[in-house]
Amino acid sequence: MAYSDKVIDHYENPRNVGKMDADDQNVGTGMVGAPACGDVMRLQIKVDDNGVIEDAKFKTYGCGSAIASSSLVTEMVKGKTLDEAAAIKNMEIVEELALPPVKIHCSVLAEDAIAAAIADLREKRGETAPAKAESAA
Amino acid sequence: MSNLNIPVYLDYSATTPVDERVAKAMTDCLTLQGNFGNPASRSHVFGWKAEDAVVEARKNVADLIGANPKEIVWTSGATESDNLAIKGAAHFYSSKGKHIITVKTEHKAVLDTCRQLEREGFEVTYLDPEDNGLVDINKLAAAIRDDTTVVSVMHVNNEIGVIQDIAAIGALTRSKGIIFHVDAAQSPGKVAIDVNAMNVDLMSLCAHKVYGPKGIGALYVRRKPRVRIEAQIHGGGHERGMRSGTLATHQIVGMGESFRIAHEEMDVENARVEALRDRLYNGLKDMEEVYVNGDLEQRIPGNLNISFNFVEGESLMMSLKDIAVSSGSACTSDSLEPSYVLRALGRNDELAHSSLRFTLGRFTTPEEVDFTIAEVRKAVEKLRDLSPLWDMFKDGVDLDSVQWAAH
Ligand SMILES: Cc1ncc(COP(=O)(O)O)c(C=O)c1O
Repeated sequence: MAYSDKVIDHYENPRNVGKMDADDQNVGTGMVGAPACGDVMRLQIKVDDNGVIEDAKFKTYGCGSAIASSSLVTEMVKGKTLDEAAAIKNMEIVEELALPPVKIHCSVLAEDAIAAAIADLREKRGETAPAKAESAA
Repeated sequence: MSNLNIPVYLDYSATTPVDERVAKAMTDCLTLQGNFGNPASRSHVFGWKAEDAVVEARKNVADLIGANPKEIVWTSGATESDNLAIKGAAHFYSSKGKHIITVKTEHKAVLDTCRQLEREGFEVTYLDPEDNGLVDINKLAAAIRDDTTVVSVMHVNNEIGVIQDIAAIGALTRSKGIIFHVDAAQSPGKVAIDVNAMNVDLMSLCAHKVYGPKGIGALYVRRKPRVRIEAQIHGGGHERGMRSGTLATHQIVGMGESFRIAHEEMDVENARVEALRDRLYNGLKDMEEVYVNGDLEQRIPGNLNISFNFVEGESLMMSLKDIAVSSGSACTSDSLEPSYVLRALGRNDELAHSSLRFTLGRFTTPEEVDFTIAEVRKAVEKLRDLSPLWDMFKDGVDLDSVQWAAH
């Protein structure tokens, strides 16, 4: 299978690889996927006092597209509020990385990882997710 | 020629390059100046010459497996041979019974043929191999029924390179009067074959794993005691009616020459390839969490199938862009399922996803092996640094105890 240049770039120079202290009150950790399915993503986000994501780290076990999707996501979420980050859709990842149809599940997993990291952080902070944007409008 | 050819080709079980000597023999059978005639033309020298070439090739193929040249039927490859053998025998003997036995680790050419027969009303038993990939003869014996007509077991497995005890199975099937088919696509030149000593009735062969061309194969069909098959392709009655179609002289000559060379050079070549395979394994085995898939002893010299735990196979291959190998990872197929062969060995899905198959051959060099060792070590290290599973393993977390979110 041929990979897009962007997938290769993220794969060869993955951004924000690492691990943060999962017990830190400002860190949210999302781990999605399963080894038996061939991909596991761990995404961590850290928010500042204003609730803006100031740092993100990932580690991923999976194919090149899964690694690239999670690397990209760490870049996308930085500087966003939790609500803004929660609004990221997997199709943005598909487009940015030019993923072929068989690799769309990698982008779905990355979207799930963001949601899981945000949920973890909100739970830690005793927050409940705000109502969906549609109903708030 | 340098001793390090990049990209390094270590996928000899997928196919092999054609040996120069074979290519030369083939090109002599194409043009006006060459041996281009139709071997079935009985009325002129062009036909006679082509037939002579086919006769010689038939002898070379027969010699390698200990058969009589009259028992060789040319086909388009092992896939066609498997179809012709299994469907042909199952149909011919269907008045005796409609039960077939095969193994879960067979090539798709056998498994899908059996599936088709199931749709036609036959019953098929798919045996589980042992953890090392080998068939337990007692389990095979226990699966035999009064209405079993065909047993199909491959000689050498294409993914893990393990060698089944064909002679033991042949003794059993012969004593029960059951037709025994063997898919031997991967074995010529790698393991000795003697269809009589092994009591094989039907054997599928192809040229392109033996430094011959793609698109040509053969089916051995035993004459004594006589084995009957129903033709699957009808026409001019070539190959004693078992497989019609004008014989492709250049392909047949290529297969004959490749089998002649394989037969002659087998011992020397296997010793050399085995030393290289061991060099590769020795260069990797001290890494943490690596597992060889399939029996290491009952195995062809050129195969190393190995799982690098906590690293996914497709991403590993992506790192190894200067090395051509294959993987049992789901991501290398469109199915999202990891290798059915490794799963049939009872390997968990993670290890199946993490596997690479290295297959070495005639043109592999020590320099290529050393390059591969260095590249693989570097890539595995890089990907483990990226792997959350590796982190957890290092932190002493039992991955089996984790509740994974299925997706
Ligand atoms: C064990 C086995 N059987 C059958 C085949 C199919 O052979 P062919 O490509 O000649 O049809 C192969 C190779 O792909 C094989 O390895």
